[in-house]
Amino acid sequence: MLAAAASTDINVAENIGFGIIAALMIVAAINVVRSSNVVHAALSLVAVMAGAAAQYLLLAAEFVAVTQVLVYIGAVMILFLFGVMLTRARVGRETDLNNKSWALGIPVALLMLGSMVYVLLKAFGTDHLDPVAQVSTAELSDSIFKPFLLPFWALSFVLLAAVIGAIVLARKD
Amino acid sequence: MFAVDLPYWAQSLLRVLGGTVAVLLPAGTIVYLFLFKMMSFMQSRLGPMEAGPYGSMQLFAEVGKWLQKEDIQPAKADKRIFKMAPLIVLVSTFLLVAVVPFGPDAYFTNFDAGVFYMLAVSSISTLGILIAGWSSANKYSLLGGLRAAGQLIAYELPMVLAVLGVVIQAETMNMQTIVLRQNAGAMFGWNGLGNPYILTQFVGFVIFMIAVQAELTQAPFDMPIAESELVSGYMTEYSGFRFLIFFIAEFATAGVFALIASVLFLGGWGVPFSWFGWHGVNDVANWMNIAGPLIMFTKMMVLTFLMMWVRFSYPRFREDQLQRFAWKVLIPVALLNIMVTAVLKVVF
Repeated sequence: MLAAAASTDINVAENIGFGIIAALMIVAAINVVRSSNVVHAALSLVAVMAGAAAQYLLLAAEFVAVTQVLVYIGAVMILFLFGVMLTRARVGRETDLNNKSWALGIPVALLMLGSMVYVLLKAFGTDHLDPVAQVSTAELSDSIFKPFLLPFWALSFVLLAAVIGAIVLARKD
Repeated sequence: MFAVDLPYWAQSLLRVLGGTVAVLLPAGTIVYLFLFKMMSFMQSRLGPMEAGPYGSMQLFAEVGKWLQKEDIQPAKADKRIFKMAPLIVLVSTFLLVAVVPFGPDAYFTNFDAGVFYMLAVSSISTLGILIAGWSSANKYSLLGGLRAAGQLIAYELPMVLAVLGVVIQAETMNMQTIVLRQNAGAMFGWNGLGNPYILTQFVGFVIFMIAVQAELTQAPFDMPIAESELVSGYMTEYSGFRFLIFFIAEFATAGVFALIASVLFLGGWGVPFSWFGWHGVNDVANWMNIAGPLIMFTKMMVLTFLMMWVRFSYPRFREDQLQRFAWKVLIPVALLNIMVTAVLKVVF
């Protein structure tokens, strides 16, 4: 918001949208760790993911937004809920959700935040990015399969290894 | 290309109204024609006959009945989520219809990643079904919800893979462009019929329709709502207008998926462009904005007829048969289809 306010062409509607969605995401994110019910926590996480998708849409990154919905809401969270419901699906409050060493999470989270803020400031500083440049899906796929083909393959191999590992762990016979 | 330049709010209002019609009209037609009448005729009975001529007003009577029923929630249910679940399922349907093109200018959005978007938002309904089963605090509901989630995850994959064949052939994920490619296309130089992808992607079409049937949890894939063992699964505890929402969502989604299938495989709103000497989207006459939705509706009726025919005819799959069919038959065949399509695309 600060970066946009400093530049000459401010898209007011986009900034208001960003603020509202960001506030909702923070509330939902706090709810994830605060909730006394696993399924409620998971649903709050869905809200956070959906908020992230909405932010991508505001940045005109439609392909990334749709990927966010397909992968995180459509697959990850549903498998997550599926697992939770198969094992410990209770309606109502649960008392043993808090780990004894939960306070340790605070410095770790602050450290993460600090390092991310540092990296972002170091990389971009006060640079102004061009007002949203539309990247079409075709251009995106061209850049994945031409200059970034090797990293794409490397990622595919990592995923393949994870899939094979999952099968090995799951098969008992 | 609109003759009148509407302000943004009026366009948005028109889109919302159009979306509501595009979801509710197919749902109502499918329920009356197929669920009330066709199923009855197949079972040698007349179906509803009292309300209106041939029982055509029966739908309004049913909706009125559901709306005035008491809104019951189980005492131990998770009330907030219990109320939210049917809405999530219905929202998924409304989001789906947003990418379906109905004419050269009659579309809600002309979205570059349309096919991808369609696959993404169709998976949101799984979330609604899963939490509907959980929040009812009923073991039948939970079992039904879990079965539904397992089934929808399994059949999501063949659906994605079946659609990929069309995307490879059309070289785009934009639904509008897919329609144009089919109608402006030609088969071996003969363009009298365009090039509907059902001919080249017949395998993909069959897999897509089977996957849709499973996504809708219709017979023979109705294990999650098996009424004889699970008492309707995740819907057991729902009554009144919350049940009505689930009911509308089921048939509206059937209609929207049929619309999507007709866009992907049957040429969508178009007629073969060579009939009128059109070459691209700019040549298409304005009356296609009226004729297009009608053509789409006709194609949707044909496809939903097939879906309902299967629904009323086949017995239920067992859970293990259902999973094995998805993972060991549909997915390998779909992968093979992608491979063959890609090879042929490169060769020709």
